[in-house]
Amino acid sequence: MMTAELAARINSILASLILLTAFGLLVQRRIYAMLNIFAWQGLFLSISTALVGYVSNLQHLYVSAFLTLTLKVFVLPYILYYLIVKLNIWREVEEIVNIPSTMLIGILLVILSYHVTTPIREMSVLMTRSTLAVALSTVMLGMLVMIVRKKAVTQIIGFLAMENGLFFAATSATYGMPMVVELGVALDILIAAFIFGIFFFQIRTTFDSLDLGEMEKLKEHD
Amino acid sequence: MSVSTIELVVTAISMLMATAALAPFINLKRPFLLNLTFYIPAIACVIALAGGIGALYSPEQTLVIPMGLPDLPFNLRLDGLSGFFIITIAGLGAIVSIYSAGYMQSYIGKRSLASFVVFYNLFLAGMLMVTVADDAFFFLISWEVMAISSFFLVAFEDENAANRKAALLYVVVAHVGAMLILLSFGIIAGYTSGFDDFSGYTFEAMRKSSLPLPLATAAFFLAFTGFAAKAGVVPLHVWLPEAHPAAPSNVSALMSGVMLKTAIYGIIRVTFDIIHIQQWWWGGVVLALGLVSAIYGVLFAYMENDVKRLLAYSSVDNIGIILIGLGLSMMFTSFSNPLLASLALTASLLHVINHAMFKGLLFMGAGAIVHATHEKDMEKMGGLIHKMPATAAFFLAGCMAISSLPPLNGFVSEWLTFQAFLMSTSFPNRVLNLLIPLGAALMALTAALTAATFVKVYGVVFLGHPRTQHAREPHDPGFTMKLGMGLATSACVLMGVFPTVVIEALGGVTASLTGASIETEPHPYHWLWLVPLNANRASYSAPIVLLGMVVFVGGAYFLLNMRPRNTRKAPLWDCGFEKMTSRMQYSSSSFAMPIRRILGFVFNIREVTRPPQSGLVRAHIQNITYRLRIRDRVWNMAYQPVADASFWVARQAGKLQHGRIQIYILYSFATIITLLLLL
Repeated sequence: MMTAELAARINSILASLILLTAFGLLVQRRIYAMLNIFAWQGLFLSISTALVGYVSNLQHLYVSAFLTLTLKVFVLPYILYYLIVKLNIWREVEEIVNIPSTMLIGILLVILSYHVTTPIREMSVLMTRSTLAVALSTVMLGMLVMIVRKKAVTQIIGFLAMENGLFFAATSATYGMPMVVELGVALDILIAAFIFGIFFFQIRTTFDSLDLGEMEKLKEHD
Repeated sequence: MSVSTIELVVTAISMLMATAALAPFINLKRPFLLNLTFYIPAIACVIALAGGIGALYSPEQTLVIPMGLPDLPFNLRLDGLSGFFIITIAGLGAIVSIYSAGYMQSYIGKRSLASFVVFYNLFLAGMLMVTVADDAFFFLISWEVMAISSFFLVAFEDENAANRKAALLYVVVAHVGAMLILLSFGIIAGYTSGFDDFSGYTFEAMRKSSLPLPLATAAFFLAFTGFAAKAGVVPLHVWLPEAHPAAPSNVSALMSGVMLKTAIYGIIRVTFDIIHIQQWWWGGVVLALGLVSAIYGVLFAYMENDVKRLLAYSSVDNIGIILIGLGLSMMFTSFSNPLLASLALTASLLHVINHAMFKGLLFMGAGAIVHATHEKDMEKMGGLIHKMPATAAFFLAGCMAISSLPPLNGFVSEWLTFQAFLMSTSFPNRVLNLLIPLGAALMALTAALTAATFVKVYGVVFLGHPRTQHAREPHDPGFTMKLGMGLATSACVLMGVFPTVVIEALGGVTASLTGASIETEPHPYHWLWLVPLNANRASYSAPIVLLGMVVFVGGAYFLLNMRPRNTRKAPLWDCGFEKMTSRMQYSSSSFAMPIRRILGFVFNIREVTRPPQSGLVRAHIQNITYRLRIRDRVWNMAYQPVADASFWVARQAGKLQHGRIQIYILYSFATIITLLLLL
């Protein structure tokens, strides 16, 4: 029998691993490696969810954990991998801001997250409360990925990382959302991935590139 | 009578609404069915007319229709004032509907008419609804029905970019106005019942509350500015000369003839009935704006070469005259002189219905001309009197009425307005007494310039020789169009010859609004003599004037034609030089030139005369290019800066738009961070 104390510690370790993978997404240059890191993040998230479900004795969190495992560790990375192969975009990821600066901004964001979640940590009685800051950081780092990367595929990975962060926030702050909501979100993510796939093909046929900088041409000039 | 007058009006509105609803399902390509969709509104207008006339002679009636929002039913009320405006609207509405039946035939096969029929009926219904509305909610709904449907009517020939632009300008000005009216009602209703419940939204409740002065002033000026935008008071008149040439002529006739009057109705309703006049300077502002509009409108009308734009500017002028009467009436009311107040109000109301008739007539005439010549530019017309004798006769009557020549109706109302002006030396304020005669002089100048303008119109369009090929082959319009113009002409003549009938009918209206009515002392020949206040001071008898004119003109004609003479037809004024061309006539621009020189500072004029390009001998000039462009200064002074400023703001905001997804994400990112830090 695992004590709540031990579970909280394990959960903290998982949280720190998730944060680490979030930073990994931020600094990794190669798309294929990014996909791997994203899959790892999903795995940690899934384990953490199952752990919380076990400790708090909430059965539906197992379903969430299973969904996370299937979708975020296998299905989505596979779809993205397929896209990468199909579109032949192995090239290094171009960044707008250089990597050390990105890291620094990321660290600042983590500090900010810890700062703004202090009042909630003081209020909450859940064992997972300390991980809320990590969840928020993951959301922000995901957004940062979307901002600093130029290629469409990396945008999607950033977006999915953000979703991971939100999911983590939900389990850590409130022991998960109601089942219906989680199922809906899982479905949404899946559909989003398909839509992204279609858009990639469209964008490439239109602009001959997946570089989002090309989309600037769409702006009206006066 | 078993049917009450308000029920008649509601029936008429329902008929118009039903026609609008059914029109899309009717095959309007068949002339008979198209006619039907205009005869039904004509009948509806006659029914409403009966209701309006009944309302002048019966006590006010109310009706609550349980429609609209929950707990906010539509309140309807028909009193003398509403009745009078219904007579104006329905009277011209019936005439123009008959005219439209003929006018719209020419569009068959050229474009879809369903939208026109729908919005034409809605437009009439909207105007009638405005006059019977008795709460702010229903009033604004009616106002919007009127504004939106007239927008679509203006934009009817929307393949032309200029027409679309004109319609857009119109709808923008109309909505700025509607917003101000809404704010005004908001102030009154908010003070009446507080902002927690809506019981103050009825005019009945608003009437009973007495607003403190600052609020009343704000409410008055908001409402006045809002209505002024609709009425086309300078400087809010810019949409008028754009919208009227764009709209079909029957729509112009209705818009200029009666839609502008709904704004006058609104001003009277709000100032006299709802917030009551508290300060004399409110009236002073109205008077001053009326004078500015009158003189400004007529000057631009004088310069104009496009016949419909000219009529539009002339509407600005006439709205000005109506406002002069209103302003004077407000001032007299605040100085508690009900008798003079009622004189000025009578003059103003009389000009409302007179202007509706003669401006409707003139626009219908202009429609017939444009229809026949396919030209709006007067410089390309001329000599139409030979080809279109009926139109020429009707148009002459309209020109005489608008130039306020006795015995037509325009004279009566302008004469009464002058009487009101001349009596106003009794103000208890020295400066006012000094300025008022100046205003009267300005109004006299306006009247003279109006006459000159319409001499120009009639002379250039109907007299002389045709200036282009188009002007050579026109013909009179069909029977229904002539009937419409004929009815309007007879209304102008009848109201001109028997003004006392109209004025006595107005007695109840002015009595309820100002507490008095002119014609206080019963006169033995009161149908014959119009005596505003005192027979020693001024009186006018249209029938006797008419009789005198008939005797004089008839006698002269008889004397001249007593014995048969040989009549020789020869070119006019050719002075022996036998090669007179139509280009040697007075043109519209040349006729307006003296005023353009004298009062040039009012306009924004650019005049270019270019000698021939080729190096021929100067003495043998073949052709000269002459260009004249006159622009509204108000546009450059008041509107262009606003337009430029909004474009500037839009460009600055446009700098935020980079077209890069990353930047957009960065915006939301920054927003989230800021919110996290602040909250």
